[in-house]
This record gives sequence, structure tokens and C-alpha cells, in this order.
Amino acid sequence: MLKKDLGLLILILVVGAVVAFINPRFLSPINLSNTMNLIGLYGLFSIGVGFVIITGGIELSVGSMFALLGVIFIDLLSTYDVSWMLAFLLIVLAGLLLGSLHGFLVTRMNMQPFIVTLCGLLIYRGIARFYTEDATAGFAFGTSFPMLEWLVAGRTFGIPHSFIAFIIIAVIMGIVLHRSIFGRYLFAVGKNEEAARYSGIRTGRVIAAAYIICGGLAGLAAIFLAMYTRSISPASHGNFYELYAIAAAVLGGCSLRGGEGSVLGIVLGTILLQVLQNLVNLLGIPSSLNFAVIGTVILIGVLADQQIMRRGGFGQIFGRTKTVAQPAAERQT
Amino acid sequence: MAEPFLDLSDISKAYPGVQALDGISFSVASGEVIGLVGENGAGKSTLMKILGGVVTPDKGVIRIAGAPCPALTVNEASRAGIAFVHQELNLFENLDVAANVFIGREPSTGGPFRLVDNRTMHAETGKLLHLLGVDFSPATPVAQLSLAQQQLVEITKALSLDARLVIMDEPTSSLTVSETNRLLKVIADLKTRGVSVIFISHRLHEVERCADRVIVLRDGRKVGELGQGEIRHDAMIRLMIGRSLKSLYLAPAAPPRAEAMALDQVRTSTFPEQNVSLSLRQGEILGLAGLVGSGRTELARALFGIDHKLGGDVKLAGRPVAITSPREAIDNGLFLVPEDRKRSGLLLDVSISENISLPDLVSYTKSFLMQPAPEAENAERQRKRLNIKTRSVMAAAGTLSGGNQQKVVLAKWLSMRPKVIIFDEPTRGVDVGAKQEIYELMRDLSDQGVAILMISSDMEEVIGVSDRMAVMHEGRISGFLERDRFSEDNVLKLAVGQSLQ
Repeated sequence: MLKKDLGLLILILVVGAVVAFINPRFLSPINLSNTMNLIGLYGLFSIGVGFVIITGGIELSVGSMFALLGVIFIDLLSTYDVSWMLAFLLIVLAGLLLGSLHGFLVTRMNMQPFIVTLCGLLIYRGIARFYTEDATAGFAFGTSFPMLEWLVAGRTFGIPHSFIAFIIIAVIMGIVLHRSIFGRYLFAVGKNEEAARYSGIRTGRVIAAAYIICGGLAGLAAIFLAMYTRSISPASHGNFYELYAIAAAVLGGCSLRGGEGSVLGIVLGTILLQVLQNLVNLLGIPSSLNFAVIGTVILIGVLADQQIMRRGGFGQIFGRTKTVAQPAAERQT
Repeated sequence: MAEPFLDLSDISKAYPGVQALDGISFSVASGEVIGLVGENGAGKSTLMKILGGVVTPDKGVIRIAGAPCPALTVNEASRAGIAFVHQELNLFENLDVAANVFIGREPSTGGPFRLVDNRTMHAETGKLLHLLGVDFSPATPVAQLSLAQQQLVEITKALSLDARLVIMDEPTSSLTVSETNRLLKVIADLKTRGVSVIFISHRLHEVERCADRVIVLRDGRKVGELGQGEIRHDAMIRLMIGRSLKSLYLAPAAPPRAEAMALDQVRTSTFPEQNVSLSLRQGEILGLAGLVGSGRTELARALFGIDHKLGGDVKLAGRPVAITSPREAIDNGLFLVPEDRKRSGLLLDVSISENISLPDLVSYTKSFLMQPAPEAENAERQRKRLNIKTRSVMAAAGTLSGGNQQKVVLAKWLSMRPKVIIFDEPTRGVDVGAKQEIYELMRDLSDQGVAILMISSDMEEVIGVSDRMAVMHEGRISGFLERDRFSEDNVLKLAVGQSLQ
């Protein structure tokens, strides 16, 4: 896993160096700070989605959650004059609640994660649009929340707070995933849910917890995003963000089959994606090609990774399950 | 006999660091049944792969019907009429029996549209199934079949290929006694039709019954050949491991003590009208015999909390317990070594060490963080105690042989404080040497006061290892046997639901 992360880091540095060479503005403080801000914003929820992917599930609804929770957040502040701390708390709580709902449907109702979260994607977007009557939600002219704005959209020594929040969350989640019992359970459930159950792991709870964590982080990210854009058009706010998260997780070494991945990988995956976005802008590539560039990089990245892994392993043709155990058994005697 | 169908001379194959096969020569005549025996790692699988055209030997000549085949390919092997029945089933559960039998070579109709000709397929399959005398039809979905029935589908598939040589690798490892008998009859039938069979099995009494000639491999070499009249259990074992195996039964050190587990009218969803009552004492090994599908595994799953039981009471050490999840079973000291260790017992691509600690991670944490050092120490301790053959406890569990994988499953539970352990088919796919080690471990545990319930379909094992036996038939216990009444005959009678006088 470490080797994989190192490879990704080198790739980021190479891409960064090339961009910096062609357009030195890449390294300007303003550009770096902006890129860091975006990394922070996207990274926050990518970690959550990564957790779900490690259990072998998928979470497609985060983009729509940003629209729904975002308009509610702005409405709470500007229409209902709720204190921003309470609104902050309520939105994170709402994220946790949506996550629990997904977890419940997946583990208790035995629904497929793809279907549950696809429906979430449609439903939350629809509600957000209905709620605002498809109008853009924003703060009334002149209103400001200095403390909140400083906290989620401010900078310290030029470092955006979204990035700092992302790093803090990444460290905490890294410890949770790689050092805690729960993290072990997540991997075990993703690798082989049945064997995990036979080892006494309450697999339903572990999986549900992953969706809840993802929902909570999505709630947090919804606030950061709302304060970053400051106005939300519910029809487009957060569109495709779930795919950025999945892409970051997959680039970072999460397997969609479950059981594999690391927080460091997801962090590096997010960074690479944002550096690529930046590359499209800075190199004057038409922005309409944005998705195509990112798609190509992910495709090549995952393909290269697989080819390297395959060369390291055995060529197996004969009775798949058997050869896994047999050559080793033969070597031992 | 004229030309032998298959003739191997001086076949050798080396893998990095190991000579898998070293100068193997033998021939198989048409209509001859060859028993191929040897411990895991003796080279049987490599030899099979060579015959299947998957692996090319470094040296030696293969002749099929007299014609040398220097570089046998998979296609050539199957065209020459060599068919395989693998130990691991390769079936599509979502398709029916006929579709599985004809997978990849479906008869087609409708000209250029190449539609699947279901009628022909079902008719052909039906003929073969009739030949085997099975109780399912070509249209039965494979998902509905038991493991044993699925094995029969594999055999049907080999037969449908008009094979001239069928190589069976552990075909009986999941079959019940009656199904095994039927398979042996099928082999005899093939023989009369001039089809040769290479029968690979750890179950030596079956080899004894069906083979015309036995070839014994050890460490990649042919160490012996037994002709008609010489094929005896002890002779084979002597050649296989170079020493004689002691009798299976190891007497307990002390008579059984207090009651460890009592079941009172426990019902499972598979047989809702039937119930099971039994008592298991500390220091005893209670064998649970019966046919596959008699409800033994379902009982074990219900006791361990995987499935909900429909009714009845369970007492552990005299205290009633309501177990609704494996976690609760584990917390009560009731452990299960599952039947399908690859699916339920282990995380195959996770390290041995992490597999062992999985049910008890709390013991390896300090202020909520995992401590890898004590975890590895425990794994190392278990490796020594159970003699797990591996270079490192950090190796993935899937790289081990069957017997060693089973020891890892055991190590999980032995790292905690077991009170009752249920073993479901403890030695399936385990070679003779490791089998004996596992039996010794079971006895050792029971002498330490652990109560053991051993589900086994292997007659030799259930008779040889148990202190007492319960036999199940269609969801109920049809009888208990004390050691002095242990016999294949008695077990069989109870297993098919007859009562003993």
C-alpha cells in the first residue's frame, strides 16, 4: 500500500513540475492557495465516500446532499435567523441522519448500495429544487457572518481553513481506519463479509457506521461548500461531486470490490484530481475538455497500477481458487 | 492389453526453489482405474496440470494412444478425451444443471442466430443424470443443489465430453456415504465402457475399493506402485508418509466432566417440525454424524448465532443463554470452526496474524489503538503451538495449504478461552499428516476441559475420533451411540432414519 501511495505522490510531483514549467503561475501563492482550498473542499467528503467504498459499497448521493443541505443551511441563517453555530450543528446532524438512513436501507433492508444512494441522488436534488422553487438560494445583500466566514472560508498564513479542516479530518480518519478496531473491521467486512461475521463482527453495524461517517462528512462539506460559493443554484450545485469523490478514492487505491484503500491514498487522489483541474485551466486547455482529461488520467492510472500488480503476481489460468493455495503448499514440502 | 491409453515417461517439472515432479513414469490402460495418492504438496496437482495441458513439463514424454504429445495444450488434452472433475467446484449457480453441463459448447439451433437448443441440451443431460441415478433434473437451478449434488454435476459434465480418461481430484470430499457409493459405482461403470479413471483422494478406503492400481507420490517422486491385491490402507499410508499412522482414536485422559452445553428441543428453519436435544460434557468429543443435508450445519449455524433458531433452549454450563449473533456466542466461549473455511473461516488475502486476532481485537489495543506487536507475538505463539507451516505469520492466509489454513482458523479460537467448540467437517481437504495433527489438537483441547461437537461426514473420522456419537436424520437425532457400538453399519442405519434394535 505504501508503494502505491509513493507512486501517486511521484505522479503528483511530476504533473506539478510539468505544469509549473509550462506556466510558472502554478506556483504563485494565490494559485496554490486556491488549489489547496479546492483540495480541502473535495477531500472532506472523498474520505467519507472512501470509507463506504472500503466496505464494498458505494455512495452516489453526496453531490445532491450538498444542494439540499446547502439550501437549508442558507435558509436557516438568512430566513430563520438561527444562530450559525446551531445551524452548523443541525446540518452536520442532518448529514449523519441521511447517512444512517442509507446504512439502514443497505444493512437492514438488504438493498444494494448503488440503488439506495442513486435514489438519494435523485430525491435530495429534487427536494432541494422544489424547496427553493428552483431559484438560487443566497444571503441577502449586506448580511455577513464574520465568525463563520472566517472559520470555514478564511485563511491563516495564506492557508485556507478548508484545507486545514481537511488535514485534521484526514489525520483523525487515518487513525480510525488504520489503527482502530473499527478500521480493522471495515477492512475485514470489505474483504469477506461472511468470514467477518463468523469471527463475531457485527457486520451490519460496521457497514452502517461507514455510511453514517460519510453522511456526517458530507454535511460538514456542505457547509464549507455553501460558504465558498455563497449562493446555491439547487439544480447544479454539487453536480458530479460524488464522482470526484469516487475517482479520488479509486485513484488512491480503494478497490470497488471492497477491502482495500488508505486515507493517505484518498488524500493523494484528491490532490492529483485538483492539480489536474488546475492544469486544464493553466495550460489553456479548453475547459470543455475538463472531464475528458480527468477521465483519461484515471483510466491510465488504474490501468497502469493493475498491470504492475499483475506482473508481480502469478499467471493463473487453471482452477482459480486452487492455484492460490496450491503453489504455496508445494513450495513448503 | 495392447497400447496403453496414456503413457508418461520420466516427467519432471521444477518451480523456483522446488522440484515439483521428479522423473514420474507410469501408464494408464483403457478401462483402468488408477488411484493416485500422496500428501498435499506431493506433486499430484502439478501432475494433473501437466495432463490438462496447463503446465508444460521440463522433461519427459507424454504419449496419448501411442502418439507423443511434446507440448500438450489445454485444447489438445480435452480433444484427446481427458476430462477433469475438480475438487473446487466451477459451476454457475445462476444457471440450471443442463446449462452448466454444456457451458461453452451449447448445441445451437436457428441457423445464423445461434440460439441455444435447450431441448437437446436437457435431453442429453437427462440421459447422463439417469446414468448417475441422481435425484435432480436437468432444469434444476444449481443454486438449489447441495454441495454433493453439485459435485455430481461436475461429473456429469466430464461424462458429457465423451471422455476417455476422467481425472477426479478429491471427488468425494463433500459427498455422503451413499453418494460416495454411487460415485464408486459410476466409476465401475465407466471402467466397463473402456474409460480410464485417475482417482485422486485422501480417503484411502475409497481408493482401496475402486482402484485397480495405486500410484503413490511423495515429494514429487513416485515412491511406489501397488497392484491388485496389494492395495491396502496401511500399505498406502506407509508409502505416502514413510511411516505408519497410528490408529485414529486417542483416548481421553479423564472421563468427561460437568455438562458444558445442553440443547433442549432446538429447532432450525430448515426442519421446522423437528427438534434436537442433546447434552455435551466438558472433556468429551461428541461426533455428529449423518448425511449431508440432515441439518447438522444448520444446527451449528443456529447455535453460533448466524441464523435465528426457531425455538428451544440452549444452556451453557447450566446457564440458559439466548444467542442471536456470533458475537454473543463468542463472548460466551462458544466457537465454530465452519465447514467452508475459504468462505466463512478466513480472510484469504489478509495476513495470518490479522486473521488470528480478528475475533478478539480488544485484547490487542491500548487506549483504542491497535498494537501490532502483541498481535504478532500471539500469532507467533499459535504458529509454534499448532505447527502452522509458514515462513512468516505476516504471509496471507490464502497462501497456506488446506491443513494449515484450518490451523489458522483454530488459532483464532485458541487465542481466546474456548468452552465449547463446534467443528464442522474439521479435516475436509486436509492431508493425512495435518489431519492427525488436528485430531491430536482436538483431543488435547478436550483434555483441557473444552467440550467438542464434531460434525463429520467422513466415516473413518467420526468413528475414529469421537468419544460418543449422535446421528442426525432429517433434522432430528435418530440415535446416540457409545463407543462400544460404533460401527459403519450402525451409523449408516441411523443416518437413513432406521432405528437400532
